[in-house]
Amino acid sequence: MKTIQLGLIDYLILSVYFLFVLGIGWVLKRYMRTSTDFFLSGRAIPAWIAGLAFISANLGAQEVMGMAANGAKYGIMTSHFYWVGAIPAMVFVGVFMMPFYYGSKARSVPEYLKLRFDEKTRGFNAISFATMTVFSSGISMFALAKLFEALLGWNFHFSIFISAVIVLFYIFLGGLTSAIYNEVLQFFLIVLGFLPLTLLGLKGIGGWDGLVGKLNIVATSPANSAGKAFASGTWTESWSHLGTAASNPMGVEWFGLVMGLGFVLSFGYWCTDFLVVQRAMAANSMSAARRTPLIASLPKMVFPALVILPGMIAIALHFQSSDGFLPLANPSNPAEGLDYNMAVPYMLKNFFPSGVLGLGLTALMASFMSGMAGNVTAFNTVWTYDIYQSYIRPGQSDTHYLWMGRITTVWGIGLSVAAAYFARNFNNIMDVLQLVFSYVNAPLFATFLLGMFWRRATGHGAFFGLLAGTLACMLHHGLTIPHGATSPVKGGWLGATLHEYYSEMALNFYGAIYAWTTCFVTTIVVSLATKRNKSADELRGLVYSLTPRIKEPGLRWYKQPAMLGVIVLAAAVVLNVIFW
Amino acid sequence: MHVDVRIPIGLMFSVFGVMLAGFGLLSASDEAMYSHSLGINVNLWWGLLLLVFGALMLWLAWRAKKQEKPPLP
Repeated sequence: MKTIQLGLIDYLILSVYFLFVLGIGWVLKRYMRTSTDFFLSGRAIPAWIAGLAFISANLGAQEVMGMAANGAKYGIMTSHFYWVGAIPAMVFVGVFMMPFYYGSKARSVPEYLKLRFDEKTRGFNAISFATMTVFSSGISMFALAKLFEALLGWNFHFSIFISAVIVLFYIFLGGLTSAIYNEVLQFFLIVLGFLPLTLLGLKGIGGWDGLVGKLNIVATSPANSAGKAFASGTWTESWSHLGTAASNPMGVEWFGLVMGLGFVLSFGYWCTDFLVVQRAMAANSMSAARRTPLIASLPKMVFPALVILPGMIAIALHFQSSDGFLPLANPSNPAEGLDYNMAVPYMLKNFFPSGVLGLGLTALMASFMSGMAGNVTAFNTVWTYDIYQSYIRPGQSDTHYLWMGRITTVWGIGLSVAAAYFARNFNNIMDVLQLVFSYVNAPLFATFLLGMFWRRATGHGAFFGLLAGTLACMLHHGLTIPHGATSPVKGGWLGATLHEYYSEMALNFYGAIYAWTTCFVTTIVVSLATKRNKSADELRGLVYSLTPRIKEPGLRWYKQPAMLGVIVLAAAVVLNVIFW
Repeated sequence: MHVDVRIPIGLMFSVFGVMLAGFGLLSASDEAMYSHSLGINVNLWWGLLLLVFGALMLWLAWRAKKQEKPPLP
C-alpha cells in the first residue's frame, strides 16, 4: 500500500482537534485543587458523561484497529467480543458490583481489595495492574505510530512523541476530569469519523447481501486467514460454526468461547479493571455510578457496525482484486505477508477523499489518545494512592499527593513509550493484549466474585488464590502452543508441549479458564483453612449479605439499573439471534 | 460540573462541519477525488451533518444553562 498525501484541509482538521483537546486541559487546570479533584474528578461527573467516558477509555487501539483486524481474520464471530463478552459483563458490574465499589468510597480497585481483604492482596493487584496499564498504553502508542508510518509516511518516532506529549499535557493539567471530558469528545469523534466508512463500504460492496456473497468466497477458499477452506457462511454467521474448533477460523469451539471469552476474560476486564471502573467511581451519585456501565453498553452494542464491519468489508473487497493479498500487506515489509491491522487504513484510503479523510484520521488519533489517556489516569491513581501513599511515603499532605500525581503522569507516559517500542515485536495487537489480560485479569474476577458475595473469604485466601491463578495461567502458556507458533512469546516456552491449540485465541481463552478456576478453588480452600481477618462490621458495605439493599424510590423506570440491565441483555440476545 | 462538556464538543463539530461542507462546495467539481466515495460528495453532506450535530450540542448546553439560573429573589 502506497502512502497517502494529505491535503491542507486534512491537516487543518487534525490541528483543530489538537487545539480543542489541549484547550480542555487548559480550561480545567484551575479546578484541580485537591488530589480528589485530580484522581476522581471530585466525584461530580453526571451519569451520561461517565458512561461515554467509560466506553471511550476502552475504545483505544485494540478496539479500532484490532477489532477490524479480527473482523477481517475471523468475520462476524468477532462480535462475540461484544454480544457475549462485553455486554453481560457491563450489566453485571453496573447492577451487582457497583454498589460495593461506589458505596465503599474506595478510591481505586486495589483500595477496595484492601478494605475487603488485606494489604498484600491490594499490593499484588496494584503492582500487576500498574504494569498492565503501562503495556496497554504502550501498545496504543505503537499502533498509532505504526499506522501513521504506513499510511502517511510519518516518522515512527515523531508519532510516538507527538501523541505522548499531547496526552501528557492535558492530563498533567486537568487530571481525570480532563481525561473524561476528552474521552466524551473523542467518543463522538470516533463515531462520526468512522460511520461514513461503514456506510460507503457497505454501499460499495452492494449492501449486506453483497458482503455475504463476497465473504462466502473468502470462507471457502484455502487462501483465507486460517489457510484452509471452511463451510460457506463461516465469515457471516456468528454461532453456526462453533461446534468444533476445526470448523472456524478462530480455532475455538463454543465452550472455550463462552467460558473463556464470555465469562472469564470479559467479566475480568469490565468488572475489575480500574481503567474503566475509575470512570464510574467518578460519578456524582450511587445511582449515576450504577448507570455508568449500563449507559456505556448501549453504544457498545452497536460498535461492531463501526469497528468489525469495516474489517469484514476490507477482506471482502480485497479478495476480489487481482493482485492477491498485496494491498493488505505491510508496506515496510511486504514479505511479512498479510497484516490484518492494515484493514482500517486500507478502507480509509479506499473510500475517503481528502476532507473526510482528515476527519477519519483524526478519529483514529482520538481513539488512540482516549485509550492511552485512560491507562495513564488509572496508572497515576494506582501509583499515587496504592503504591506511593501506602508503601513509600504515607502521611504526607494532600498537596504532596496531588504533586505526585502530576509527576507520575510524566514518568508513567515515559514508561509507556518504552512499552511501545517493546510492542514492535508482535503481529496482532489483540492477541498480545489478551495474553497480558489473561495473566492479570482472569483470576481477579474469581477474587471479586468471592469477595463480594461470600463473606467467609479471607485475606490469605484472596492473596494465595490470585497468586495461584496467575501462576496457573503462566504455566498453561508455557506448556501449550498455538498451531504454527514461531516464537516462544506465543507459548510453549517451558519446553514440554502438552497440547496444541488451533489458534492463539483458543490458547488465551483456555489459559483464562484455568487461571479463573485455580483462583476460585484456591481462594475457597485457603479461606476455609484460615481465620476470618475482618469482622462483620468492617465488611458492611463491602459484601452482599452485609449490605442493606439499595432502594431508589421515585427513580423513573429508565433510570433504574435493574430495568436498564434487562433491556440491554434482551437487546444483546436479539442481536445474537439475528446474526446466528 | 465546572464546565459543560457539550460546549467544546458543540464548538468543535460546528467548526468541522463548516470546514468540511465549505471544502465540499469548493471541490464539488473534482470528480476524480470523489470517485473514492462512489461519486458522492461526502465532504458536503457529512459536513452538514456534523454542523447539525454541533449546533444541537450547543443548543442543549444553552438550554441547560438557562434552566440552571437561580430563581429571582
